[in-house]
Amino acid sequence: MSDWINTIVQGVLTGGLYALLAAGLSLSFGVMRIINIAHGDFAVLAAFIAIALAQWLGLNPAEALLLTLPLMAAVGYVLQRYILNRALGADVMRPLLVTFGFSIIIQNLLLEGFSATPRSLYAGNFGTSSVTLNAQIAIGYLPLTMMIVAVAILAGMQMLFSRTMLGRAFRAASDDPEVVRLMGVDNRHVYALAMALAMVMVGVAGVFLVLQSNTSPTDGPQNLLYAFESVIIGGLGSLWGTLAGGVILGVAQAIGAKFDPGWGTLAGHLCFLAVLAFRPNGLFPKTKDR
Amino acid sequence: MHSSPKLQLALQLLGLAVCAGAAIAAAAMPWWSARYTEQWTIEFLYTLALAQGWNLLAGYGGLLSVGQQAFIGVGGYLIVAIAVMGGLNPFVVVPIAGVACTVLAIPMAALLFRLRGPNFAVGTWVVAEVLRLVISNIDAVGGGSGTSITDALIGIPVWWRMSTTLWIALALGAGGTLIVYALLRSRLGLALTAVRDSEAAAASLGVSVTRVKWIVYLAAACWAGMTGALIFITKLRVAPDAAFSIDWMSTTFFVVVIGGIGTIEGPIIGTLVFFVLRGLLADYGSWYLVALGVIAIVFVLFIPKGVAGLLQDLTGASMFPVQRRAPR
Repeated sequence: MSDWINTIVQGVLTGGLYALLAAGLSLSFGVMRIINIAHGDFAVLAAFIAIALAQWLGLNPAEALLLTLPLMAAVGYVLQRYILNRALGADVMRPLLVTFGFSIIIQNLLLEGFSATPRSLYAGNFGTSSVTLNAQIAIGYLPLTMMIVAVAILAGMQMLFSRTMLGRAFRAASDDPEVVRLMGVDNRHVYALAMALAMVMVGVAGVFLVLQSNTSPTDGPQNLLYAFESVIIGGLGSLWGTLAGGVILGVAQAIGAKFDPGWGTLAGHLCFLAVLAFRPNGLFPKTKDR
Repeated sequence: MHSSPKLQLALQLLGLAVCAGAAIAAAAMPWWSARYTEQWTIEFLYTLALAQGWNLLAGYGGLLSVGQQAFIGVGGYLIVAIAVMGGLNPFVVVPIAGVACTVLAIPMAALLFRLRGPNFAVGTWVVAEVLRLVISNIDAVGGGSGTSITDALIGIPVWWRMSTTLWIALALGAGGTLIVYALLRSRLGLALTAVRDSEAAAASLGVSVTRVKWIVYLAAACWAGMTGALIFITKLRVAPDAAFSIDWMSTTFFVVVIGGIGTIEGPIIGTLVFFVLRGLLADYGSWYLVALGVIAIVFVLFIPKGVAGLLQDLTGASMFPVQRRAPR
C-alpha cells in the first residue's frame, strides 16, 4: 500500500516540473497565440548552459541557475522581438514552422557541442537526501524544492497577470492586438517580454530537469509534449489548472511506470487522450478557444 | 501580376510535357539506368509523395499535422505483420496499408479535431508517440530494437524487387502529385482553399468545413500509410524509433517550405533542392541539419511563397495553375 502512496507522491512532485514547463507554453500561447515547438528544446538548452557554466566557472547548481535565467530571458526577448514577431499573423503555420526549425537547430548545436551522451548536474547531498516519513515513503529534497518553486512561480504569475501593468498589457495584447496598439502599447515589445518571461520559467524547469535526471540534447520534444499535455489536461487559460494538469500527468506516468518501466510515458499520453475524449476543454477550463 | 494567357498556356503545356517525359523515363529506368540512380529516384519519389500529402493537408486544408509519421510507421509495421509474419507479398501490403491507415485515421480525427490550429499540431505528434511506444512494447515485432523484413523479400528476384518498388514509388509520388492537382481544380479544391483562407467565410458560403477537413485528413493518412509501407520495403529493417521518427516531418516541412506551400510544383522543386543540399552537405553531420533549419526559417520569414512562388511572381504564370480567375 505505502509503496503505491510513494509512487503517487513522486508523480505529484514531478508534476511541479511539468507545470513549470507548461506555464511557459501557456503564456506564449495565451499572449501570442503561438505554440513554440522548440519549447522543450529551450529547456534542454538552459540545462546545458547551466552545466557549462557550472563546469567552466566552478559554480554550484544554484549559482549556475541564477546566471542561466537572465541569459534565457535575453534569448526569449531576442527570439520573439526579432524573429517570431515577423512570423505572427493570421496564418498560424508560420510561427509553428519557425519554431520547428529552432528545435532542429538547438538539438544539433547541442549534439555538436556536448555529444549525444546524457548529462546531469550534480547537486551533492541535496540531490540525494530526503525527508523520510516512514519505511516506504521518502520525499526527496530536490523534487520537493521543485514543487515549492513551481507553486511560487505560478503564484507570482497569477499576481503579475491580475495586479500589474505588464500583466494587463499581456492580457490586452492577447484579447485584441489592434486596439492595444491604438492605446499606445508597443505589441512587439509586450510579446518579447512575454517570451522572455516564458523562457525564464523554461530555464528554471530545464535546470531542475537536469538536476533530477540525465538529460540528452534530443530530450526537448518529449518535454514539449509533457508541457502541452499538462496545459490541455488542466484547461487552457487557467494557471492553477496547469498545475493540476502537470500533477495529473506526473501521477499517470508514475503509475504507468510502476507497472512496467516502458509504460510511464505511454500512460501519460493515454491520460491526455482520455481527457481529450471525455473533457475536451480540459478539467478546469477558463477559455474555450483552442 | 497577371500573365498573358499565351504564356500561361505555354508554361502549362511545358510543365505537363516535362513531367510526363520524366515520368516515362523513370518508369523505364529498370531497362536503362544504374541501380544507384534507380535507388535515388525511388527516394526522390517517396519524399515527393510525403510532401504532396502534407502540402494538401496543411497548405490547402489548413490542417497543421506534425504527426504524419504515425501513418508512415504503421505502414512499415504492416509489412512486418502481414508480409513477414503472414507470408503475403510485401508489395500487396502497400494498398492494404493505405486502407488500414484510412481506417485508423477515423478515430484519430474524431479525437484530434477537438484541438485547433497549433494545438492540433502537437496533438498529432502525441498520437504518433503513442503508436511508437505501443509498438516498442510488443515483443512479437521486435520491441524497441525493431526487426528485419528481408524474410518477406527473399523469394523475389532483385530486378523485380527494384522495379516494382520504383513503379509503386512513381505511382505514389507522380500519381500523388496528379491526384492533388486534379483535386484542387475540382469543386472540392475550391472548398479547400476557402476553408484554409477563412473557415468562417467558407462556412457562411455553404462549404461544409468539417466534411472537407475529414476528406483531406483521411486522404493524407492513406497516402502516408502506403508510402510508409514502401519506404520500409526499401530499408529492409524497421524499428519504432526510425518508423515513427519526427525526422520524416522535418524533411517534409523543409521540402514544402523551400518549394512553396500551397503550390503543386513547390514540393517537386523542394524535393530537388533537398536532395541537392543533402548531396553537398551530408558529410557535415549535425551542422548539415543546423543549416537546413536556418534555411527553412529564412524561407518562412522572408520568402514565404518558396521557390515556386518566386518563379510565379517573376513570370506571372504557373506550370500547375490552381487559382481561379474572378468572373468578369
